[in-house]
Amino acid sequence: MFAEALEDILKDVSAPAAVRSIEAGQSPALLWAAIADAGFLELLASEENGGAGLALPDLYPVLTMLGAHAVPVPFAQTAAARVLLTPDQVPTGMLTFAPVVRRLANGSISCPLVPFGLIADHVLAQEEDRLYLLPAKDAVCEPTGVHGSLTATLSWRGDSGVAAAAAPGVIATFGAAIHSALIAGGMQRVFGMTLQYANDRAQFGKSIGKFQAIQHQISVAAEHVAASSIAAESAFQGVGPVPELLAAAIAKSRTSEAVPLVASIAHAVHGAIGVTEEYDLQLYTRRLHEWRMSHGAESYWNRVVGRAVIASDTSLVSDFVRTACASRPAFA
Amino acid sequence: MSELLSQFRLARLPDEAEAFRSDVKAFLRAEMPPAPADVRSRSWMGFSAEFSKKMAERGWVGLTLPREYGGAQLDAFSRFVLVEELLVSGAPVSAHWIADRQSGPLILKYGSEAQRRAYLPKICAAQAFFCIGMSEPNSGSDLASVGTRATKVAQGWRLSGRKIWTTNAPHCHYMIALVRTSGTAEDRHRGLSQFIVDLSLPGVTVRPIHDLAGDAHFSEVFFDDVLLTDDALIGNEGSGWEQVTAELAFERSGPERIYSSIILLDHWIACLRRSADGEAHQETIGRLAVHLATLRNMSITVTSQLVRGASPIVEAALVKDIGTEFEQSIPAIIESAIAGDPDVDIDPDLYRTVAYLSHISPTFSLRGGTREILRGMIARGLGLR
Repeated sequence: MFAEALEDILKDVSAPAAVRSIEAGQSPALLWAAIADAGFLELLASEENGGAGLALPDLYPVLTMLGAHAVPVPFAQTAAARVLLTPDQVPTGMLTFAPVVRRLANGSISCPLVPFGLIADHVLAQEEDRLYLLPAKDAVCEPTGVHGSLTATLSWRGDSGVAAAAAPGVIATFGAAIHSALIAGGMQRVFGMTLQYANDRAQFGKSIGKFQAIQHQISVAAEHVAASSIAAESAFQGVGPVPELLAAAIAKSRTSEAVPLVASIAHAVHGAIGVTEEYDLQLYTRRLHEWRMSHGAESYWNRVVGRAVIASDTSLVSDFVRTACASRPAFA
Repeated sequence: MSELLSQFRLARLPDEAEAFRSDVKAFLRAEMPPAPADVRSRSWMGFSAEFSKKMAERGWVGLTLPREYGGAQLDAFSRFVLVEELLVSGAPVSAHWIADRQSGPLILKYGSEAQRRAYLPKICAAQAFFCIGMSEPNSGSDLASVGTRATKVAQGWRLSGRKIWTTNAPHCHYMIALVRTSGTAEDRHRGLSQFIVDLSLPGVTVRPIHDLAGDAHFSEVFFDDVLLTDDALIGNEGSGWEQVTAELAFERSGPERIYSSIILLDHWIACLRRSADGEAHQETIGRLAVHLATLRNMSITVTSQLVRGASPIVEAALVKDIGTEFEQSIPAIIESAIAGDPDVDIDPDLYRTVAYLSHISPTFSLRGGTREILRGMIARGLGLR
């Protein structure tokens, strides 16, 4: 329900032309206002705090929608902050999550490779059981230099943030789950474009989708998109307000691993047009690679899962995957 | 997004199925014959009439068949749980395997009432073991090219030809064979029919085929003017192709297509725990667990479509193709991992298990439809053909 309503807005304000202009440095204010004014930022806030109290399973289609529209603002993180902060702590404006915090010897703090670091107003960062809300206007902001990317490294002299208590790892977990859903949505869009192109583009007198070699590549991509969709969806289960660690780990690992395969098949089928600025495919495949790395790629999350498997007291890995994700208490 | 991919939404096993799992686990703890990992990894090739009879006493052979024919009348979710627990423990299931998962449902759907009453109670009692007669020499993936022929005669049908790659035929009582009853191989799907062939009839010869692992699970079955009565025909004459297609959908769905190498993975993890050498391999183990969790969820999704009464033929093909890739990757990955340092000793049972699975794993993507055929089916499901 919320996903459809949001899509109606995104079709308009996050069309490829709008995404391109924000990537090129135009203000995202109009896009942001369209989402904020429609009340979508409060989706996750509890009903007593004036929100919609959206449960995780209902959040999943909203987040895939963001991925499928390459939405160039940190809507997911800003909305998710509503379950991590009290209403009086929630700032106005765009908020994003820092994947990691570094304390330097001179007392300054640095948050490397923050998604939307170039445009966000606030950064929510976590050190053990503390959250810090850091204002972006006080930070030194270093762009990555990657074409079109809104990711940046932000540094602050001293600790200027507002602190709040939090369960250890909650930002990493939520950030990983959010990005797994973005990847799933982005991949579904990329797959749809590829299928359409294979049917439309003719070579040697027939559409290229009629060639067995192309069919098999697209079938393989379909398998990995289906696997990624189910993996990402499984992170958004349970009754808690925040995804569970192992479910998020599995989701981020599986979706991240599929990225290079699905993106490369999409580009292979499209041929050279796919890497051009004018064609929309690149808006999504560039993001898929960025999202794969944000909050840890599969290599990181596989270690988290592997450590838990080895430490578990189950002798069957099937019992582990069946029970481990369901039985852990959710973050409060 | 395509219609096909939109089918892949998360589904859950119902609480009743999870409650049933405790019964199955307790049964396996009590009744599973002890065996080393390399023997247990032969699970769906492993033959034990005695084990199958113990399962039948619980009502767990013909699990989904109606009570009036001796079945337990449970749904596909319960079957998922039963099959999952049997395979992850490496139970020897092959005696009743084919009758339970393919022949029984086929007879229920297409058989006459007399055939249902004749065969289904015996299947459920683990007194009738079945094998599949689809492949023939040179037919390979081109199933429509079968040449084994049944000719109408006064007393019934006269059957001649041969079938190959039949699992466990020497131990089976019956074969459901796909044969040509009219036309020639050029007629393809037309003129094919299915027969229940009593393997004790005169003119039937079974020759075991030894494989590269030293086993003889496969076999070749020769029919030399075998006389079949009229009631051996199952379904309608000439409808064999549609029936076989439906039968293959049963075979491709379910957890069978993700667990063939799982005994090896569990044994390796157990060895790592004992040696406290896990840290070096935790990324590899984590990746395999991630894939297993995801494939299992995909398989449950296909099962939920079966329970809803849908016919998820393409979805099952998709899960089978990606599932067998996973099954085949496990021995390949573990070979490299455990021989990554010659100074670290390899558990002898682990060594035999990884060798067995590496040798036999090429069959995982052959049985029940080759990778290339399945990818063609997926492409068709996506509207490309």
